[in-house]
Order: sequence, then C-alpha cells, then structure tokens
Amino acid sequence: MEKRVKFKGLWLPILLVFPQFLITAIFFFYPAGQAIWQSLFIPDPFGLSMQWVGLGNFEFLLADRYYRASFFTTAVFSILVTVVSMGVALYLAVLADRLVKGSGTYRTLLIWPYAVAPAVAGVLWLFMFNTRVGVVTWYLGLLGYDWNHVLNEGEAMGLVVVASAWGRISYNFLFFLAGLQAIPRSVIEAAAIDGAHFWTRFRTIVFPLLSPTTFFLLVVNIIYSFFETFGVIHTITSGGPQQATTILVYKVYADGFVGQDLGSSAAQSVILLAIVSLLTVIQFKYIERRVHY
Amino acid sequence: MGDWARDGKFIYAGRRNEGGANFRAGECAFFTESSAGYAGISSEAEFDFEVRPLPYWEAVVSEPQNTIIGGASLWVMEGQGDEEYKGVAAFLNFLSSPEIQAKWHQDTGYLPITAEAGELTKSQGFYEANPGTDVAVMQMTANEPTANSKGLRLGSFDQIRGIIDEELEAVWSGDKDAQAALDSAVERGNVLLRRFEQASR
Repeated sequence: MEKRVKFKGLWLPILLVFPQFLITAIFFFYPAGQAIWQSLFIPDPFGLSMQWVGLGNFEFLLADRYYRASFFTTAVFSILVTVVSMGVALYLAVLADRLVKGSGTYRTLLIWPYAVAPAVAGVLWLFMFNTRVGVVTWYLGLLGYDWNHVLNEGEAMGLVVVASAWGRISYNFLFFLAGLQAIPRSVIEAAAIDGAHFWTRFRTIVFPLLSPTTFFLLVVNIIYSFFETFGVIHTITSGGPQQATTILVYKVYADGFVGQDLGSSAAQSVILLAIVSLLTVIQFKYIERRVHY
Repeated sequence: MGDWARDGKFIYAGRRNEGGANFRAGECAFFTESSAGYAGISSEAEFDFEVRPLPYWEAVVSEPQNTIIGGASLWVMEGQGDEEYKGVAAFLNFLSSPEIQAKWHQDTGYLPITAEAGELTKSQGFYEANPGTDVAVMQMTANEPTANSKGLRLGSFDQIRGIIDEELEAVWSGDKDAQAALDSAVERGNVLLRRFEQASR
C-alpha cells in the first residue's frame, strides 16, 4: 500500500505550490508566450514597427533547405553528445563504485569539469586542437594525421561533441554513482553466490535497477544538448565549416542577435520548443514504460 | 585559390583573423589583414615586413576602386540637457582634432578620419619613418569614390557575410568550385535581401 500525506484544506497546498508556479510563470510561460507572439510578426531591425505575417516566418524557414539540414545536424549532435557523455560516465561510475581506497579523490577529480562553463570548455578544447598551435594537433601531426577542424566537417563535429560531452560526464557520473550505491548489496551478493559473473550481474541486475537514473539522465542530457551547448559551438566553430555544426539553437542566436531577424529567430525558438516538448513526451510515454522504479 | 588551398600554398585559418598568428610567428609569407592590424604586427613580428596595396586583376579593372572602409562611429543618446550636450560636443571635437586623430592613426594603423590628421601625420615625417603605413590611406584616396564604394548599404549584412564565409569554406575544402560556390552565395543572399525588403517596408 502506498502511503500519501494529505493536507487538509485548500489554501496550504496552494500556498506551497505558489512560489514554484510564480517562477515557472515568469521565467517560462511569459517568455515562451512572447516568443510565440513574436514569431507571427516581422519586426524591422530597429524594433520600431512590426508587420503581421501570420505563419509567414514558419513558411520562410521550412522552405530553407539549410534550415532543414540543421535538424539533421542537431539530431546527430544531440545523439552523439548524449551517448558519449552517458556512456563514459556510466563506465567511470561503475569503476568508482568498485573502488575501495581513494574513491573520494577520484570522485572529486571527476566532478571538477562540471564547474567549467560551456564557453570556457569550448576555448580549452579549441586551444588543444587549434590547427596551428594546438598540443593535440601537434601530436597528431607527429603520427602523420593532419587535423584541420576549420575545414573538415567531421572533425569539427567530433570536436564540439567531445567538448560538450566533457563537462556533462561529471554530472552524469554523480547521478550514476549515487544510483549504483543505492542498489542493495544483498541482491548483487546473492547473484554472485549463484555464480553470475560481473558482466551478467551488470546486465541483468545492476542496469535494470539503475534504469530510473538512466531515464532521468537521458531526458536531461538531450535537453542539455539541444540548448546549453550553444557556448561550445560559438567559441569553437561558430557553426562552421560551412554549416556542419550549425545546430538549431545556434541558428536561433545567429539569426536573432547577429542577423537582427527577430521574427525568424522567434519562429525558430517556437519550433525548437515544439521539438523538445515532443521528444520529452515520447520519452515519457515509451521509454518510461521500461523503467523499473 | 581553390587549387592553392589543395596543394597547401594557401592556408585557411578561420573566419576571423586567426591567420594573424601564423604570420606574426613567421610561418607564412603573405597575409591579408585590415590596416588596423599594423600595430599588432609591428610589435610582435621579429622580422622585417612590408605593406602593399590589395592585389587586383588587371583583366577585370584597369584601376582599383577605393577599398570599402570599415570601423565604428561615434553615437550620442538623446534626452540630456543643453549643458551636457555642450560637453559632449566639446569632447567629440577633442576626439576628432587633428592631433588626437593623427596619434590614433599612427599608434593603431586605423585610417585617419580627417584629411588634417593625415596631413599632420605626413608633416611629422611618420610615413617616411614607417614605410607602408600610408598604403591604407592611398588605397582609400587614390580614386574618386563612387556611390557604391562609399560604404556598404546591404540589408542582412552579417548573415550574408556568414553565407560568403560558408561558401568559400566549400571552395577551400574542395567541395565546390569557385563558380558554384559564388552562385550559391548569390542565390542565398538574394533570399535574405527579399526578406530584408519585406521587413523594412
């Protein structure tokens, strides 16, 4: 039987929820509403006048094949960032969980990169992979590999993915480690006594019991890769070479703040909002079913 | 230049002025840069260098038109009292006085904004002592400017510049030939111009 705490009356619950509601309304509903409203207009660059265009901004965008290509770029980028950051974090968390000595130091060091802002992370990685003075580029050169993310689209994508996933590994690592430590030792010991090897135990017991954490991280990481990776893209590639790393959120910025085309930029935000909402709904509807709480 | 990029004679370093580091380190022999880069190069380069006008194709034009000027301008907000504006005017006059502008021009390589500042720089013997610093001035003043060369009047300028960068990157990486890249830039630029027209009506 589930136990639920019940409040008497109506006012106390409303009072308790109110601060959260207020924050959501001011910082989410209001700007989202503004974006939807603005996406129906074309303002002039100085913001002095607006013309009603209805869905014209959306038509303009969807007719643009470079914009459509950006969906694909975003999908590739988000999947890679999510898989890399979660995969590496899970691996490290499993190792840290088995550690008896020195796990405190190990954990602290792994958490550090999370404190680095995306833009700064971008600059750090750019320095290492700078085509002329980068350390990594130089070593690759010794191995006979000519690194040039300024012109090579695949290398540019790889670099922004690694730089975006790097800081994220810390965050995922924390959650995975906490999840692993919450798994009752008795279950694992019982399986070990039954003769299950590490890999079998991991696959049949640990991973399923970890699934609420994994699911949560999946949702959070996809949202992260859609929005917060802007800083990395801006500092490393500015969306280039050609349009190889122009993800949707970077285009929102480039068209809105650099190009001063606020109508198109607002319409892009609305599309982005719709995609992320849809993705989250799909995740909750289909993937959550496989999650065991 | 697409061919040069392929056999390594021309190296593309990035959309901004990333190539400056290679030049100042003595790794590349030729480098195109704004006149404003003069100060940085003269303080960092440990070799002798010379400044030359931008190259042009004689088969296309017999004489080059003036280069397009780039830079910032002075702005004043409205809504202050007369007294404040008198102060502002005095300050702007000071900033644009020949002495200040000549110093600005000589220290940075930026163009002098007034003819007096240019004359003053010449009479101080700066151009003789620092050969090449007058190239930008000559490039700007050699010919009578036309209506189109006096400055850029281009809607969606930043986005179109981005498009040109992208298309040129396709040339440097060998994905497109020059004609295809420029055709594509024109096509994409025109779409943005139509949109700008609609926005500014």
